[in-house]
Amino acid sequence: MDAILLQILNGLDKGSAYALIALGLTLIFGTLGVVNFAHGALFMIGAFCAVTVQRILNLSYEVVDETQKDFLGNPLKVKTSYVESWFGPEMGGAIIDWAVPIAILFAIPIMILIGFVMERGLIKHFYKREHADQILVTFGLAIVLQEVIKYFYGANPIQTASPEALSGVANVGALFGTEIFYPVWRIVYFFFSVVIIGGIFSFLQFTTFGMVVRAGMADRETVGLLGINIDRRFTIMFGIAAAVAGLAGVMYTPINSPNYHMGMDFLVLSFVVVVVGGMGSLPGAVLAGFMLGILEAFASMNEIKSILPGIDQIIIYVVAIIILLTRPRGLMGRKGVMEE
Amino acid sequence: MSKSAFSRRGVLKSGALAGTGLALPTIFTASSAAAFTNNPTGSSVTLGFNVPQTGPYADEGADELRAYQLAVEHLNGGGDGGMMNTFSSKELQGNGILGKEVKFVTGDTQTKSDAARASAKSMIEKDGAVMITGGSSSGVAIAVQGLCQEAGVIFMAGLTHSNDTTGKDKKANGFRHFFNGYMSGAALAPVLKNLYGTDRNAYHLTADYTWGWTQEESIAAATEALGWNTVEKVRTPLAATDFSSYIAPVLNSGADVLVLNHYGGNMVNSLTNAVQFGLREKVVNGKNFEIVVPLYSRLMAKGAGANVKGIHGSTNWHWSLQDEGSQAFVRSFGTKYGFPPSQAAHTVYCQTLLYADAVQRAGSFNPCAVVEALEDYEFDGLGNGKTLYRGEDHQCFKDVLVVRGKENPTSEFDLLEVVEVTPAAQVTYPADHPMFAGGALGSCNSGA
Repeated sequence: MDAILLQILNGLDKGSAYALIALGLTLIFGTLGVVNFAHGALFMIGAFCAVTVQRILNLSYEVVDETQKDFLGNPLKVKTSYVESWFGPEMGGAIIDWAVPIAILFAIPIMILIGFVMERGLIKHFYKREHADQILVTFGLAIVLQEVIKYFYGANPIQTASPEALSGVANVGALFGTEIFYPVWRIVYFFFSVVIIGGIFSFLQFTTFGMVVRAGMADRETVGLLGINIDRRFTIMFGIAAAVAGLAGVMYTPINSPNYHMGMDFLVLSFVVVVVGGMGSLPGAVLAGFMLGILEAFASMNEIKSILPGIDQIIIYVVAIIILLTRPRGLMGRKGVMEE
Repeated sequence: MSKSAFSRRGVLKSGALAGTGLALPTIFTASSAAAFTNNPTGSSVTLGFNVPQTGPYADEGADELRAYQLAVEHLNGGGDGGMMNTFSSKELQGNGILGKEVKFVTGDTQTKSDAARASAKSMIEKDGAVMITGGSSSGVAIAVQGLCQEAGVIFMAGLTHSNDTTGKDKKANGFRHFFNGYMSGAALAPVLKNLYGTDRNAYHLTADYTWGWTQEESIAAATEALGWNTVEKVRTPLAATDFSSYIAPVLNSGADVLVLNHYGGNMVNSLTNAVQFGLREKVVNGKNFEIVVPLYSRLMAKGAGANVKGIHGSTNWHWSLQDEGSQAFVRSFGTKYGFPPSQAAHTVYCQTLLYADAVQRAGSFNPCAVVEALEDYEFDGLGNGKTLYRGEDHQCFKDVLVVRGKENPTSEFDLLEVVEVTPAAQVTYPADHPMFAGGALGSCNSGA
């Protein structure tokens, strides 16, 4: 029983990342009609926003310590961060410790800006082109972005730790009268994704802006005929989608040390999530994200693998095939989307 | 009765002439340019450095390339000579190899077997490389080794730790300086016994490819010989990034040791996930839960950050060693690049020097002469103590380091500390050991 609860939790936190990325992909597809293969790269750039903030906070000056030697036997250059020297070791240390949450504030404007530049500078020229052209150009863009990141940050993973206070394990099992320890940061990640997803849905549901966007998603031409500049709103939605992917990336860094390739690792899975959820359906993307995360976690259990060896590696694709065979539009797909 | 048109004298004359004519090309061939693949005829010789310049191991590839360039500089008489000064053989004089200036070309393996073979092929066929070296993956090393055997050039393997490289996939033209999975197990087992006792339950998470399989087999055999029980061996996809769903079952498995047969990004992520799940604070069967990473790399340890603290593993070499050879190499590399070399840099630097020395001793670039010079060759002064290049499988036998993630690092390079230097005798195995069975070295191919 404990093992099952543990894998449900695991699936929820895996699903959080899938859902957040798939949500952004669906927002872009639903509004602009673009299949954005660079979305994984936005997730990766978000993660590197956290790395950048960590590096900025760790900027330091060197003081030569004659009593210690470096690896060549020369006097050691001891590094002291500016933050610690300005705010004192305790306060400065705490600021550095909270680099990842601080990076959220840094990442939001950066990601919105990157989203705007990407959309206005490149993707808008491909609105009227075939989906195949859109895929090619955005995939190319993703490769360019990851090579840029690799040039500046190297190929190896870079450790970006969570704040000390959130780095242990919590007994989640206490809620069920048992003992199940689960990493605190992964629980934080799950609730963070719930808040972001809730925020996006509320924004679209309860604001005038959101209402216009939803109307535009349903019938772009008619909204345009009403004299509403839907293109500008869709550009803003692209920026928001980029920010969602970026925030998912920032918060993911303590879970796995980021590297330049992490976006590609998530991209294919996220597309499967979108297709299973139904192209253009926001609730579908979220539902499929969590569902596939949980299925993936269960498929990794030794009991399941002993019956079906290798199932952990193909489960998502098997489920995708079954769902597409039985419900060709996905779980919550709308009629007419990508069917013309 | 008809008279024959052939007289005895005529036949003898014709035979002598024909014999001379047939013998002439053979005489010329023996010393001609076509005697073996890419025989260097000019004033220089070209070596091919085939390393991952893109892809997940690009940082290790970059460090290997730095070491290769340093080796070339030293061979041509530049710099401070590095380990040429401490090497037990004094054949290398700093005037290139056999008086020919050493030049090099580079290829990008991308850590993909097909790309590595294509770049090695190009360096052999287009650039005239007489020796290929490099790699940061066993899959790549085995693929390129096979190609070099067919092409008739020497392959000096870089970072490859699978038993198969000098086991079932060994080739006469291929040589490995780096240690292997069996040696990691043999070196780690006594240390693990002292630290954690003989009554332990181990759970293996293993990267699902040749290196992972052979390391899992080696470590499980070594620990089971101590009396440990292997609870489970779980294969994880090489492309996996989040290992949480593989770590979660460990919690309820009854295991009290987790062995991570992972390398590179896999190792960084699986170790990070294991620490996140509180395994290091866990007490099972009245014992502290322990994690073991059999193959350590300083470059990768950096990615795992504080998670490596106190965790044991093995390495081929570490920059903090105090022997003359290691210090000379660290000084030379550190002065040129500003940071200490990795074990990948060390092994490829050694391989380049060993190849050059073998050519010098053989007096020829002919691969078969080089093979003969390297087989059963004993040397010292290259940072690993007395070392033997065993003729039966072309594997180096030398001391292996057991290391531990340092609790209080003094710098960003000071991540591992050497716990024990395991003597070569303890990690030596017979050439027909079952873990290395299934292949044949064959005979050398000079491409002639």
